[in-house]
Parts: sequence; structure tokens; C-alpha cells
Amino acid sequence: MRAPLPSSKSRYLLAAGIFAFLVLPHSSVAQQSKPWEQIPIPPLHPFHPQQPKRIELKNGIVIFLQEDHELPFIYGSVLVPGGSEDEDPAKVGLAGLYSQAWRTSGTATMDGDAMDDLLESKAAHIETNGDEDSTSISWDSLKGDADQVFSLAIDLFFHPKFSAEKLELAKQQDATAIVRRNDDEDAIAGRESAKLVYGANSPYTRQPELVTIGAVTLSDLGAWHDRTLKGKLIVGIYGDFDPAAMEAKMRAAFEGLPAVTPAAPRHDEFPGPKPGVYFIDKEDVNQSNVQIVGIGIDRRNPDAAAIAVMNEVLGGGYGSRLFVKIRTQQALAYDVGGGFGLTYDHPGTFQVNVLTRSEKTVDATKLALTEIAALNTQPFTAAELERAKDDILNSFLFQYDTKDKVLSESEELEFYGYPADYLETYRAALEKVSLADLAAVAKKYIHPEKLAVLVVGNGPEIKPPLDALGLGTPISIDITIPQPFGPLVAAGAPQ
Amino acid sequence: MRHRSVPGISTGLWLLVLLLAGAAASAQDLQSFEKRITVKVLPNGLTLVICERHDAPVFSYTTFVDAGDVNDPSGESGLAHMFEHLAFKGTSQIGTTDYTQEKIALAKVEAANDAYEAEYLKQVGRDEKKLVQLHQAFLDAQAEAEKYVIPNQFTEVAEANGADNLNAGTGLDDTQYYWSMPENRLELWAWMESSRLADVVPREFYKERDVVMEERRMRVDSDPTGRLEEQLLATAYVAHNYGRSDIGWPSEVNQITATEAMAFHSKFYVGGNIVIAIVGDVDPKTDLPMLEKYFSRVPAGPKPEDMTTVEPPQFAEKSVIIRDQTQPFYMEGYHRPSYHDPDDAVYDAISDIFSNGRVSRLYRSLVEQQQIAADALGYSQFPGEKYPSLFAFYAEPLPGHTPAEMRLAIHKEIDKLKAADVTDAELQMYKTRARADLLRGLADNQGLADSLAEYQTRYGDWRQLFLQLNEIDKVTKADIRRVANRIFVPSNRTSAEIDTEAPPPAGKSDGGAP
Repeated sequence: MRAPLPSSKSRYLLAAGIFAFLVLPHSSVAQQSKPWEQIPIPPLHPFHPQQPKRIELKNGIVIFLQEDHELPFIYGSVLVPGGSEDEDPAKVGLAGLYSQAWRTSGTATMDGDAMDDLLESKAAHIETNGDEDSTSISWDSLKGDADQVFSLAIDLFFHPKFSAEKLELAKQQDATAIVRRNDDEDAIAGRESAKLVYGANSPYTRQPELVTIGAVTLSDLGAWHDRTLKGKLIVGIYGDFDPAAMEAKMRAAFEGLPAVTPAAPRHDEFPGPKPGVYFIDKEDVNQSNVQIVGIGIDRRNPDAAAIAVMNEVLGGGYGSRLFVKIRTQQALAYDVGGGFGLTYDHPGTFQVNVLTRSEKTVDATKLALTEIAALNTQPFTAAELERAKDDILNSFLFQYDTKDKVLSESEELEFYGYPADYLETYRAALEKVSLADLAAVAKKYIHPEKLAVLVVGNGPEIKPPLDALGLGTPISIDITIPQPFGPLVAAGAPQ
Repeated sequence: MRHRSVPGISTGLWLLVLLLAGAAASAQDLQSFEKRITVKVLPNGLTLVICERHDAPVFSYTTFVDAGDVNDPSGESGLAHMFEHLAFKGTSQIGTTDYTQEKIALAKVEAANDAYEAEYLKQVGRDEKKLVQLHQAFLDAQAEAEKYVIPNQFTEVAEANGADNLNAGTGLDDTQYYWSMPENRLELWAWMESSRLADVVPREFYKERDVVMEERRMRVDSDPTGRLEEQLLATAYVAHNYGRSDIGWPSEVNQITATEAMAFHSKFYVGGNIVIAIVGDVDPKTDLPMLEKYFSRVPAGPKPEDMTTVEPPQFAEKSVIIRDQTQPFYMEGYHRPSYHDPDDAVYDAISDIFSNGRVSRLYRSLVEQQQIAADALGYSQFPGEKYPSLFAFYAEPLPGHTPAEMRLAIHKEIDKLKAADVTDAELQMYKTRARADLLRGLADNQGLADSLAEYQTRYGDWRQLFLQLNEIDKVTKADIRRVANRIFVPSNRTSAEIDTEAPPPAGKSDGGAP
């Protein structure tokens, strides 16, 4: 069996990221024949994705049951509102530490190590996770072990016994990530460009530091647990189970809880970046990582469908304007693309990235800026519109072609309070997008003068220098890692 | 929000589980599974493996070409990968406004490149002025050929027809092309895929070469662990191509020609060297004649002759030390036989016991007990599996800890494995998890297509994907000790580490803008 590599370096791919879709801008040239257009495309076989059963308990907790009897496995999860964006700014990293120590600590009746031994011997899993806006517990096992694994999972869910030793272990893990965070050019670019958009102290971008993870105590974990579990829990069960018995089991586990506490509305501000050119010097690279960023939109925005189509034209795939111009025609980058990120509950970023050899930094950045600006000056063509829509609509069914994808979508919509028929509404909106809509959203949302350009690269190799972009004097960003602790200061010191 | 990733589990595999659970009726269950799989070897030698799954009106495919960068000729490292990029540039019918004219223009590009290269490579008497002229002539020829190009039309047609997760990957051992599509595009896909296999043209080759150089800068040159891995392999191997940069040494990638890429295609992209697996809502009864019609266009040919180079036994320990202003890292590797070796499953067992999860020996020792590493793993096949490769280890030190400590701690665990049997529980855990992991790995259409194509290629029979469990079951504690004692010896070891260097004295870099 093929063993996974730690950094998957062994395979070189055609493309860097998973592109959504694509469009081809200039194919008005005559072509001799298009034999592929003669190939019949019959009607698609009828398909009615199976929706999960939704059960709303009196206390507000929602349970989704999605049966699938193909394999004798059962998977489950409970999603808990509240994540890193809700942390005390003095304790950034708390949610991450909590979600590690939750599982590794275990319960009063079975500590985390014993749980590891038991589960692994059954090829079963219980894991806890933390994210920006949620934490969760998930479990899976063969059907025959499902009752035992569920009992363990639910005990861990309600009654963790946080251990000082495991909190320390989690702190070591996170401290390692902190001291290593400037080794990876791509990670620097991602992190720092987000800070330019949202602000360095925004709940969406602030980062754990040695001092903030050091401030987290065992009682913080317990307090976080007790507080977040009062929120609106979303339970999802997938696999080979009897629905009546499973419903009874879930009701028994969750029905007795008090009414959920709704999440307090957030009042974040999203000013967008201060325009200009920003630079981070990294001497051990020969390629610049360029990020052009601005503030974006969320999915509730009525223009979301038109923006998604515009994304395809700009940088969504192998035939997008950015890909064709910068990669295919100019060979200035392997990794190039971007557009508006469509987030559920707060404005996402507008982000275009180009990775190019040091000496071409200015050329490639200018080209990317030109293509962004051209969304307002180079009219969208009917061919671009048609292809962008074909790309999105013809592959739309891959969003729900398996039962577990349908379940995940249902949970996500429930979590963010979107209507259950969101995908259908969205699809209908995509179908209606017109050339006029594209021009309108470009006018409304594409403002090159409001964008920030971040370059992470090897300063001395960047010739001409970044001043040649004509966007003012580059502003250096200091990414030195604060090292407040005695023992940890030794990190990375020469031996 | 991201909380649970449930592997997409599909049709009929429950039958397989009975087999996996060791049920007495396993042969019959395998037969049931076989009912959904059709294998057809075409007259040109190309093998089609079709697995029916009618859950949703979609299919996924993997074209598995049994040639990778290990097959790059001397001086042409990175060629297989370059060819893979070329395979997205279209054919004589797609991606061009007029192939007759384009073909003539492409021949001129090649001639201009040859003339430039000949002058460039002159060790004595290179004429710099002539070199500039020749380079300009090359650029002019390229521009002329580009007049006939419709950029990215191949991928554009695929994506406009709903292709999802479209990509390709080249490893040292093989090259894989894949995407998923709505089932009503099966014939369109067959036309496209067979066209690019049979009728690839050297379009935009030299621009794509620059793109690949950017890929190298991203994955290797500008990444500390990318640099470390490349050096580890280059040091561990003295003869076999596993020691050669798989994306290619810069000076070689830079000089690969379209002619060389097309020669690689002629030699390795023949029917006998290609397996295509399709999984999804397809019906072999009605679809097979259509598929056969299209894929018969691929040139006939047996598998190319295998390489003769065999890595000689290593007799001296080797090490690489990179002094860098990045955080420390440690890797080491021991030569081991290829996947053909009867002990293949024993190596997997060792890898599992060392590395799989929080119960693994390296995690418990280095991460939990000694608290010197954030992560530590041993993995059984690096950088490939087709030829003798390395059993490799890596460890990421915690702040304040050193590669030397990683090395010592890993060696202690290796010594334990050599001196005492693993426990019954550890061995049983490996076997149980191997079964379950196999199932989970087959979960979605694309994963199954990848596995079927790979096993059909590597063993001549996709059934080995399941039958390998018999080999796994046979692994004993004595096997593990025997294999550990054979390969984990100092003279068979190559290590590579990053030692953190102090930053230059303040003042050198003021963080100022370039």
C-alpha cells in the first residue's frame, strides 16, 4: 500500500489549487471544426438526492439523520457554536488548545490514552476539533461497535476531565507552530494578507502568540466548555442505522438539556485594507508570493451569484483571464488565480495571488492588477458568460452527489441560519446572471484603488524594485515572532 | 465551519466488508463485488477497468500511465512531468485554429530552439552576439506558432461540460490523469481522453517549461523541507533514478525540448503501458463498444523495457546537514526492497506500529513521554514503491530541541523493535486498521478509480487490492524483528537535517523595501 508522505512532495500536479471552474476569454478566432460538439449529450439520468431527516428538539437542538446502508459504519458529530473568533484577545489560541486537550484528556472514567488504545484496536475514532466559529466532536466506527463508541463520545462530550498534562502537550504543539510560522512563505502570505484586510487585531486574523497560549489555564478550558455547550447544538448521524432506534437514542442523549442560548450577534467592523504596497523580506526563497487583497462579500449578498460568475471569468480556472494571461501566455507563474471568497456570516476577502520568480515580481503583479482593473474596462463577452455559467452549472451536482455531502450541506445551512433550499435558490440565481449583471457587479465591487498588494519575497533579488509598481513606497511588515519565555527563547537558536 | 469529514461511501461495498471481516464465505463475496467490475483489454494493449456505481448520475476516471520521472532519460530529469503538462495543451483538433499551419510553425520553433541550444552549449568559442540573435529567432518562431493557438481549449471544454476536480499528477513511478463528470458526458470524455493520449501535439511547450520552473521554485527551492527531501534522496542514492530530483534539476528542466517530450510519449504512452479505470453511473453493456472505439486510437505497443539500473547496496552511512535560518528538522532513510518483495506487508506493519495515530510508538515516545518533538513518523516507501526505496523517518523538534535528539530517540525506538517482539495487541491493531483503512480509502468514486487503476497496473489484477489482506494477515512478530534487523543498520542509513543558523548581525537586513 502506498504510504503517505509527510509533506506530499512526491507528486507534481498540473495545477496548484482546486480551481472552481473556468472561462475562455478570446476564442473568437475561427476554428476548422469542433468535432466534440458533434458528440451527443443525452439527458442526465434522473436524480433525487436523499435529504436527511431533520428533528428539532424542544430545547432548540437540531438532529439530522442520514441513512446509508451501503457499509456497516456509523459516523456522528455534534457541532457547537463558538470558536476562535470568540476568544479573549489576551488568550488567543484558547479554542485551539481546548479542542486538542478535550479529546486527549478524556473523561473521569477513561483517560485519553486509554481511549486511544480502545478505539484504535477497533479502527474507530473519536475526535474533537476547533474552528473559527465552532468546535465539534465527531466519532465513527463499525456498526457493531457503534453503541460503545457513542457512549464514550457522549461521555467525553458532556463530561471531559481536562488534564494539566494534556494542556501542556497542546501548548507545546502550538508553540512549535508559532516558532515555525515564518518558515513557510505561503503561510506568511496567507496570514499577513488577511491581516491587511481585516486588521491585525481582528477576531478573524489575530494569531496565537507564545504569551497568549501561555496565559491559558486549565480552568479556562472548563469554563469554555460549560459556556459553549449551552449554544444551539447540531447533531449529525450518517451511516448504517435503524432510524427509529437512532432517533430515540439521540433524543435520550440531548432532549434533557435546557433550552439553548442563542449566540449573541457579532458587531465586527470590516474597513478593508489601507491601499498600498506591503513587503516582507524572506531571504531563502527565489519566488515572490504576491497577494492582491481587498474586502469582499458574504453569501447573503443578493449579488453573490453574479460575483461567483465574475470570479470564474477573472481567476476561477484553467481558462480564466488571470490563468491564460499570466500562466499560459506569459509563463510568469505556476500558481495564479483568485476572486471573491463567498463566506456565510461575514464579508470574505477579495484575493488574487501570483507566485512568480523574484525578478519578475513587478511584471507579474502589474499584469494581475491590469486584469483586475480590466473587469471594468474590458467588456465581458457572451462567450465568457456562457462558459462561466456552464462551468458552474454543469458541475453543480458535485455539491450533492453523495449522501454525506447532502448531510454536510444541511448542517452548514442550519448552523449559519440559511434556508434549507439555499442551493436551489442559488442555482436559480446563477442561471439568471446576465452580461449586464456582470458589468454591474464589476462596477460595484471592483475598486483597484482600494486594494493592497502584499509581496513576500527575496528583497535583493526583486529587480526592478517594488517602487516600480507606482503604488507608493513599499511598507515593510515586521513578522518577528515575539518570544517572551525563557525556555522558549532558545527555539531556533544555534546549537 | 469545518467539523467532520465523512468519507463518501458508496454502493455495494458492504459485500466487501463481509470479506474483510474474514467471513467464511469471502470468496463468494468477492465474486459479488466482481459482478460490478468489467475488465477489457483492447487489441492495442490498453486496459479498461469499469466499476458500476449507480448512486448518482456521475462518474470518475483515472488514466494510469506506468511511466514517471524515474523513466526520464539521463540529462532530462523532469521530462515525464513536463509531458504531463503538455497533455493539457490539446490535440490536432482541439486548441488550434489551423493545425496544418501550426504544425509547420511548431517545426520551426523546434529548429530555432535546436540552433539556440547548440550555440548556448558550446564550451569553447560561444558567440554571444549570435546567441542573442538565435534567442530572438526562437522567440519569433514561438510567437508565430502561437497565432494558431486557442489557449487552454482542452480544459475549457472539459470544465464547461462539468468536469470536477480536473488535474493530473506525475510521480517518480507513474503519471495519473483524472476528473469527475456528469454521466451524460461519458462519450465526450472518451473522445477527449483518447485524443490527448493518441494525438498530443507539442503546443506552447517552451512557455510551459517556464511554468514548471515556477512550480519547482514553489515546491522545492523556496520550501525548507522541499530542499531537505531533495538532498536526502540525492545523497541516499548513487545509481538509481530515485535519487534524482523528480521535478528535475533546473539546468535539465530548462533544456528539455518538445522533441524529447514527444519521444517520451512515443515510448511510454502505448496501449500496454496504460490502464484506465472508470467508476460510476456507467453501463459496460452499452458503453464498452463506444469506449473501445475511442481508446483503440491509442498506439498499440507492449510495455516498454524496464530500466536495468539497480541501486547497489549502501555500505557507508551518509548524512546531509543544511544550516539555514529556518527551524530544525530531521529525516533519515534506510534502503528497502520494492513492493514486489514478499515482506512488503511487513514494512507496512512497521510503519503502522511506528506512526499510526496517538497510540503509535514514535508519538508516544517522542511527543508524549519525552516531549521533544511535535510530530514524528516512519513511513515505509519513500520516494516511490515500484523500485527499491527507503523506509524513512522524520521528526519535527519542539522549540529548544535539536535534530540530534530526534535522531537518538528514533534510534532507540528502532533498537527496541530489533530487540523485542511487538505486542500481540500492536500486531492485531495493524491488521484491523489495515482492513478498515482499505475500505475507507475506497470510499468515493475517484478514490476507487485510483486504486483499481493502480492495482491493475502493479499486479496485473485489481483483485490484489483486496487480496493483499491475506498478506497482511500473514505478518508475524518474528517477521517484524527479522526485517527490522536486516534493514535498520547504520551502514544502510542516510540522514538529513536542518540545523538552525543564527540570523545575520543586525543592520544587514533593515527590512527595507527592495
